[in-house]
Amino acid sequence: MKRRSKLLRNILTLHLPVLLIVLFAVGPYVWTFISSVTPQKEMDMEFRYLPEHATMDNYARLFGNLNFGTNVKDSFIVALGSTILGMTLTLTASYSFSRFNFRFKQFFLIQFLVINMFPIVLLIIPLFVMMKNLGIMDTHFALMIAYSTFTIPFATWMMTGFFRAIPRELDESAQIDGLGRFGTFVRVIVPIALPGVSATGIYIFINSWNEFIYASILTSSAVRTIPVSLQNMVGEYQIAWGLLTAGGVVAAIPILTMFFFIQKTMISGMTAGAVKG
Amino acid sequence: MPKKRLDLFPYVLIAPAVFAATLVVLIPILQTAGMSFMNYLIYKPKARSFIGLKNYITALADPVFWISIRHTVVWIAGVISLQLALGFGAALLLNRNFWWRGIARSLILIPWVTPSVITALMWRWMYDGNRGVINDLLVRFGFLRHYFPWLSNDKTALVSVMVALMWQGFPFFTIMIMAGLQSIPSSLYEAAMVDGAGAVTRFVKITVPLLIPILFTTILLRIIWVANSLDIIFVMTGGGPGYSTYTLPLYSYVKAYKALDFGYAATLALLLAALLAVVVAGYVAKVLSTEDSQ
Repeated sequence: MKRRSKLLRNILTLHLPVLLIVLFAVGPYVWTFISSVTPQKEMDMEFRYLPEHATMDNYARLFGNLNFGTNVKDSFIVALGSTILGMTLTLTASYSFSRFNFRFKQFFLIQFLVINMFPIVLLIIPLFVMMKNLGIMDTHFALMIAYSTFTIPFATWMMTGFFRAIPRELDESAQIDGLGRFGTFVRVIVPIALPGVSATGIYIFINSWNEFIYASILTSSAVRTIPVSLQNMVGEYQIAWGLLTAGGVVAAIPILTMFFFIQKTMISGMTAGAVKG
Repeated sequence: MPKKRLDLFPYVLIAPAVFAATLVVLIPILQTAGMSFMNYLIYKPKARSFIGLKNYITALADPVFWISIRHTVVWIAGVISLQLALGFGAALLLNRNFWWRGIARSLILIPWVTPSVITALMWRWMYDGNRGVINDLLVRFGFLRHYFPWLSNDKTALVSVMVALMWQGFPFFTIMIMAGLQSIPSSLYEAAMVDGAGAVTRFVKITVPLLIPILFTTILLRIIWVANSLDIIFVMTGGGPGYSTYTLPLYSYVKAYKALDFGYAATLALLLAALLAVVVAGYVAKVLSTEDSQ
């Protein structure tokens, strides 16, 4: 008797609420997926939850006539390039912040924190003018540079946290073994920090993959990333929801997959600083 | 003891990042500040001239500016409270032990990595006045008699967009609060239970006070992020109907790329930054105090 009432209480106060929140979180994806496999004909008929004849037509049209494959490629090039650029620029800086005490260290650290908080609208006008003057409008490179406005501060802070967690004794013993200071960093510390490096890298990859505002301003026809391409499919009066939802599913799959692999490391990196405070 | 020579190594290590940040962030911000004192229409390059504070005076007398400010405040307060409430609830539940906790946690985090444009389109589709699943559910369960055009009604548009942003952002609160919950030693709860404290007392006297530092940090971070986010609004409503979903960043964006008035857009962006400066300063002070203790 008592056990049964405990089970009932658990269902009502734990399992049911969690289930509701999970449904809220994944519901939009489920509906998007269902819509993407619903034939256009059924879209115009009476409302139904499940399509009578599920179809991959929307996906075929997306990659056929609409050339969505090139958008996927553009997104991939931009996100990968931004990740490499961002990590290369910040890896040594984060190591420096985690290991050494130097004058103006606080100033520089705070600078990297604050530049992440400026409204994007504050940066986008001069960046637009800058890309125009450099003659690199509508190129992958323009977006990689623009994205470094958020990849640099973010990667610096997250990597500083990961490097801090590595004991300094390792640096010392590597130097006793005859490695120089830079050698210590490259051959000993970076390999140990690899989980953190990949988590940070994937995080900035995801953010670059998702970005829309810069992409909508700095690129137009030669380069078109997925978010811009989807937004362009939204017509003035008629919206092809079947195609759009299919595009949404395609855009989400790579990042959700990556996220599942690095969840734990990423979350520990993000929360480490905040919890201590 | 001889004076220690200045060690350049740490500066060499940070040089690339500092140099790049100066180039793509600091210099552009100064340029924006400069533009805000200019008559800078992109299509009239010859007419560019210094006009002092004229853009700022125009803004203060611009009714759309004040509408946007009001919406920005409603937007921040509304989205943050919604995200906090749901994120906190989810964190408390996920902090308990049950067999499918791992899967539940992974699924709850999904919205947070979803691109803003996808979030906006998914919700726009669900709100649709003809075939929106939200309308269908509300009518089916008797909350509504007829389908309602949520995003094209000036009374409901802003709130509807806020719900979409709540969906995308609440997992961040869950992550941070869960980390905070796990850092509370369980011995505190055990001692309280020995003293006969009930679940509510334990929550009010132990959980909430110990979470306050992390709640403070998270809320400040979110305020900055929510205040700056304009992509979801842009894709869902474009600011409409009328001015009913105009926020300050959106207004600045529209001024720059629809009206091509860079000078005025820069002014609006700077005013937004000035309003946020208070929040940023609070956050920086918090981080500095943490850094010192390390």
